[in-house]
Amino acid sequence: MKRRRLSKKEVEHTAWLAHIELSEKEKKLFTEQFNDILDYFKKIDKVDTEDVQPTYHVLELMNVYREDEATPSLPKEEALKNAPKKEKEFLKAPRIV
Amino acid sequence: MPKLQALTAKETVEKIRGKEATAEECVLSVFERIHRLEDRVHAFVTLVEEEALKKARKIDKKVSGGKPTGKLAGVAIAVKDAICTNGIRTTCSSRMLENFVPPYDADVVERVKREDAVIIGKTNMDEFAMGSSTETSYFGPTHNPWDLSRVPGGSSGGSAAAIATEEAILAFGTDTGGSVRCPASYCSVVGIKPTYGLISRYGLIAYANSLEQIGPMARDVYDCALFLSVIAGHDPKDTTSVKAPAKDYTEFLKNSVEGLKIGVPKEFFGEGTSEDVEKQVWRGIHKLVELGASCEETSLPNLEHALATYYIVAMSEASSNLARYDGLRYGYRIDRDNADWSTVYSKNRRIGFGAEVRRRIILGTYALSAGYYDKYYLKALKIRTLIRRDFENAFKRFNVLIGPTMPIPPFKIGEKIQDPLALYMCDVDTVSANLAGLPAMSVPCGFTNGLPVGMQIIAPPLREDLMLQVAYTFEQNTTHKNRKPSLK
Repeated sequence: MKRRRLSKKEVEHTAWLAHIELSEKEKKLFTEQFNDILDYFKKIDKVDTEDVQPTYHVLELMNVYREDEATPSLPKEEALKNAPKKEKEFLKAPRIV
Repeated sequence: MPKLQALTAKETVEKIRGKEATAEECVLSVFERIHRLEDRVHAFVTLVEEEALKKARKIDKKVSGGKPTGKLAGVAIAVKDAICTNGIRTTCSSRMLENFVPPYDADVVERVKREDAVIIGKTNMDEFAMGSSTETSYFGPTHNPWDLSRVPGGSSGGSAAAIATEEAILAFGTDTGGSVRCPASYCSVVGIKPTYGLISRYGLIAYANSLEQIGPMARDVYDCALFLSVIAGHDPKDTTSVKAPAKDYTEFLKNSVEGLKIGVPKEFFGEGTSEDVEKQVWRGIHKLVELGASCEETSLPNLEHALATYYIVAMSEASSNLARYDGLRYGYRIDRDNADWSTVYSKNRRIGFGAEVRRRIILGTYALSAGYYDKYYLKALKIRTLIRRDFENAFKRFNVLIGPTMPIPPFKIGEKIQDPLALYMCDVDTVSANLAGLPAMSVPCGFTNGLPVGMQIIAPPLREDLMLQVAYTFEQNTTHKNRKPSLK
């Protein structure tokens, strides 16, 4: 039998970190599927990466600067147009406390 | 004479400028095709017929008034629904963005509009571009025009299907791990994933930003080169965009591969590659050798780890990029019983995202979480360096690398969707170009049991010219592009 890399409890915790609610059925299914996928990922464990620098980005570009000048931006109504809930000229957030 | 919707972009522009046809007639013929076939193919999420015809008439006025017209005058373009279009709903094929109407155009959309292209609608895709079959769309799958029971590939499946069925002349795709090349291969059209940074990503809804590029899709190599020339170029609004001089890529379309050296990495013909695909791709390579190129088998040993590396990087970036969808500024929102913010966000994201998107966000969160960061994410980034080095070494000996685009022919709708890992395996030959930031494209190279096979050409950074030359020569000396799906 395959060693389980990830328990249902860990899936619950990670989903909570990602702010995604899961049904009971999904928790079980995802746990199975995640274990299959992580099992496949384990093939990278054996690659020797001693002294290898990570590639965060394929381009050699670093710190692209521009002048700090104001340019036209979206008017308020436009910026709020897609908000599902708003009040006056504000986005309406859910209860915080 | 071919029907107007069957013309290439080049021919369309010539006809309109030469007053042999109006832009309105050209766009109408495309919409006639859409109305006839869309029930069966489902390439589009949103159509904008009225606006398109209005725009076409404007172009006709320019022509009749003797004013100059753009490089894509009157060409019907479909836009993948991951690319923002001002005033046109942009959903990413997700319930999360079902009602999202962007207040601005992506840089590439501005560029084609400037050249008088006509936007006809937004194409179906895997939700948030996460998939290789266009089955994860909230709006239902797209069907492969060559066999409606099969997938068109993904994630830009709607774009590829629209071009193959003549429901569009050109289409935008996006490619994070093969999402332009895979559907191009499966629908027998041409698709390019350019060098990372060549095309601005401003206005592209992000999935894995260090990997993805917008790419042109068309029915032949010339049109792809023309389309690429219009959309490539530096954009100060995308800090990862390269300051490379603008080029007219159609100038590089020489019908010759004399003296070019082709490398054939054996890793592209690994376990799981269908014999039929292998046969067709080798026939393609031999054709190029017949035309004056030389070819040699080679090995890029770290490609063996490309797929796992790609998925770790892509999922990690997705978990961060998609954190923005909380239903506050835009997107799906449900509020119940005065619930607190955490509950509201978690519910929005459960209902707004489909299963594959949730899977990738959660696994990405896991790969970035304390205790696992070094084991998965950092390790993957180091292997990414090794893969880049393999390519750098290979390009010291070869001008281009060639292999299959997809390891297997188009599969049945529903065949793999229950098994995420089996679907991921389909990307095994395409992801390495994204990890290394290299230009890569798929060109039709044959058929097996009536289903298309695509050949992948990979070139060194910013050598789209060379890649296009090889593709063009291949196309000019073969007949695959003349074969059309039999849909009426």
